Amino acid sequence: MIRQLLLTLLLTLSTTATAAETLTVYSGRNEKLVGPLLKKFTEKTGIEVKVRYGETPQLAATLLEEGDKTPADVFFAQDAGALGALSNAGRLQALPKESLDKVDARFRSPTGMWVGTSGRARVVAYNTKKVKAADLPKSILEFTDAKWKGRLGWAPTNASFQAFVTALRLLKGEEAASNWLKGIQANGVRVYKNNAAIIEALGRGEIDAGFVNHYYLYAAKKSNAALPVDNYFVAAGDPGALVNVAGVAILQGTKKAEAAHKFAAFLLEPQAQEYFAKETYEYPLVAGVKTAASLPALSKVGSPDLDLSKLDDLRGTVKLLQDTGVL
Amino acid sequence: MTRRPPVGLWVSGWVVAALAVLPAVYLVVRAAEADASTWGLLLRDRTWGLLWRTLGLAAAVTVLAAAVSLPLAWLTTRSDLPGRRVWTVLLCVPLAVPTFVSGYVLLAAFGTGGVLEEALTRWGLPVPPVYGFPGALLALTVSTYPYFFLALRAGLLSQDPAWLEGARSLGLSPARAFWKVTAPLLRPAFVSGALLVGLYVLSDFGAVALLQYDAFSRAIYVQYEGAYDRAYAALLGLALVAVTVVVLVFEVWLRGRAGYHRSSKGAARAVAPVVLGRWRVPALLLCGAVVLAGVVLPVGVLLYWGARGLAEEGGSLLAPALGSVLASVLGAVTSVVGALPLAFLAVRYPSRLTLAMERVSYAGYALPPIVLALSLVFLGVQVVPFFYGTLVMLVLAYVVRFLPQAVGTVRSSLLQLNPHLGEAAASLGQTRSSVFRRVTLPLLRPGLLAGAALVFLTAMKELPATLLLAPIGFETLATRVWSATAEGRFAEAALPALVLMAVSTLGVGLLVSQEGDAPRG
Repeated sequence: MIRQLLLTLLLTLSTTATAAETLTVYSGRNEKLVGPLLKKFTEKTGIEVKVRYGETPQLAATLLEEGDKTPADVFFAQDAGALGALSNAGRLQALPKESLDKVDARFRSPTGMWVGTSGRARVVAYNTKKVKAADLPKSILEFTDAKWKGRLGWAPTNASFQAFVTALRLLKGEEAASNWLKGIQANGVRVYKNNAAIIEALGRGEIDAGFVNHYYLYAAKKSNAALPVDNYFVAAGDPGALVNVAGVAILQGTKKAEAAHKFAAFLLEPQAQEYFAKETYEYPLVAGVKTAASLPALSKVGSPDLDLSKLDDLRGTVKLLQDTGVL
Repeated sequence: MTRRPPVGLWVSGWVVAALAVLPAVYLVVRAAEADASTWGLLLRDRTWGLLWRTLGLAAAVTVLAAAVSLPLAWLTTRSDLPGRRVWTVLLCVPLAVPTFVSGYVLLAAFGTGGVLEEALTRWGLPVPPVYGFPGALLALTVSTYPYFFLALRAGLLSQDPAWLEGARSLGLSPARAFWKVTAPLLRPAFVSGALLVGLYVLSDFGAVALLQYDAFSRAIYVQYEGAYDRAYAALLGLALVAVTVVVLVFEVWLRGRAGYHRSSKGAARAVAPVVLGRWRVPALLLCGAVVLAGVVLPVGVLLYWGARGLAEEGGSLLAPALGSVLASVLGAVTSVVGALPLAFLAVRYPSRLTLAMERVSYAGYALPPIVLALSLVFLGVQVVPFFYGTLVMLVLAYVVRFLPQAVGTVRSSLLQLNPHLGEAAASLGQTRSSVFRRVTLPLLRPGLLAGAALVFLTAMKELPATLLLAPIGFETLATRVWSATAEGRFAEAALPALVLMAVSTLGVGLLVSQEGDAPRG
């Protein structure tokens, strides 16, 4: 009896997986952020979406382990580095040209393996009670100055921080990057688990300034409007002004390439792009869609001139972080 | 003379042991891809530094957790402490508190701008350092002492009162009788508790990351998270497995060969509870202090998060609550069932081989959960694709991860069971299976329930395996909490986290009410 019951249970569980028009998405983007958007995709196209939510790097590692047997059709990632790693491993297939062409060449893979869906700027978040914006330096490099001793926080295990260090290496060279990391450490920087923890610590007044992505502030202010924290954008062209992307890619070997193409195209439609601007406070990447009112225009942020696909050289960055004792 | 174990027992033991060793096999496969420079990374000084820091933390947490748990276990089983059952349940709850919540409690209390920090500074008192070793020690002790507590309770409950009564009748004072008789008999429970606590600390990532203590598991995470360097991560993982092996060998030596089972005939009677008298207030204060740190403060922090914007919480929590309970109960039952053959073989048919089989169950326990989850992703896809993405896979992950928690408690209960009882029943014409069902199993109940409680509580808060291996769309309370905190939405995390703790409390309450043998009177 029990054996029969178990068998039925197993069968139900394994067969429910194969409905007619379903797309399996691995999302390194949070359900709270993109869940409603994915629902709209289903309403619009009739294609059901099954989503495995997780951390972008862990999902990338999972996709590498699953190899060509992955049940996933699409990877919706939070950072260009993870997409680059999968692209390097030959796990991705090229996107259609009409989707790629909607986005500025700076924000997509030069081989067409992934396309950015929204922009995420690096900023210096600071405690407004302790620091005036006018006293903050024009370049991220100047935070090695001794006057910042005991006042800084960073999250060196965080993917977005590591992408920034990769950009720093590419733009200023290994030695400058190494000196910057050592200088910030010499200033007794506090180490946090992630960007959200840095914003929390800034709110508590534990540190005066921290290196984060721009949108964490808005999420934190949603639950505590009085938080004495603000974003500061360093000068255009500085490595500290890097704009990384969240992006989408189609997996090698999917049997649902057409539905996957529709999914990628949907994320680049005005409706989805406006959703990113309004709901997640990210930068829309398709021309003609406005950014959130509280943000400076993407063109003014002035992300340094850099091929984002090169951000996949994480091995070199992690090695540098280890050699300098950061990790 | 060693007897031959029954074939069924032998085979099921091998099956469970094979499952438990899977993560280590995966690590070997991945580590084989490492090149010379990767090996170079492993052998540099920093790795050794990390190792010492991690081992130091594990040892300190183990000692502190044992010191806290022994009086608590004794008070709730052997004394007339008022509200023993309620205390027992409350004292188990910290196992279900996600480590980042307990870490956050410390920050909210003693961090810059924290509640207690402000008060202490106002009175000119020194503020305890919260980051680094002291913070990690405190947070991990609070979240792991229940391993000891439950193991010691099970040990005390299944101990033959005749030993103690004999000692007392020979004129020993209650205190001397405790140290001379009760405590030495608890050695297996101590050792299994120490293993669970110590190895858990090796695998912990949440608390050490939040409290900024640089430990081994953090180094492994960095490789997966940042560099996608699976070969180096696998080497680091194997280093942890090697540490586990050393600890386990040390444990066998520590455990000794003494007999622990009862000598008297018949069923165990309840021990007459020790009257606390004027010790009642200090005893209550001790229980209260531990519950304050492990339950009240986390709940307070969660309520504080919630008060900042509960209105935002969207969606029903019913489905994730049911998901949590379903997966955790299946995980707990399967783990205890899997633990039985290993414990039986090691205790009743001791040989190098059966001992090794039992030890093997710990192979994956000290590994950071993400390593274990990825190893099961690999094996699920390659070996049992029809189970991949189903609940079976998730339950399997829980079993591989939490098996030692069940093996340890079942084993220490079994050690205290006199084998002659079963033999007597068999000589009275009972079949082997009916002896097991009617004699052995009921006597093992405290150990089985303690093991199930441990697995249930830790599975409730498990995250990496749940995220990567559960059927797509399968939600648990822990994944809800994660989904909210990952983007810094602490207010939205509060409610699911509180429900997680409430459901866990209910579950343990149910188990404790089944325990039966608590002292009467």
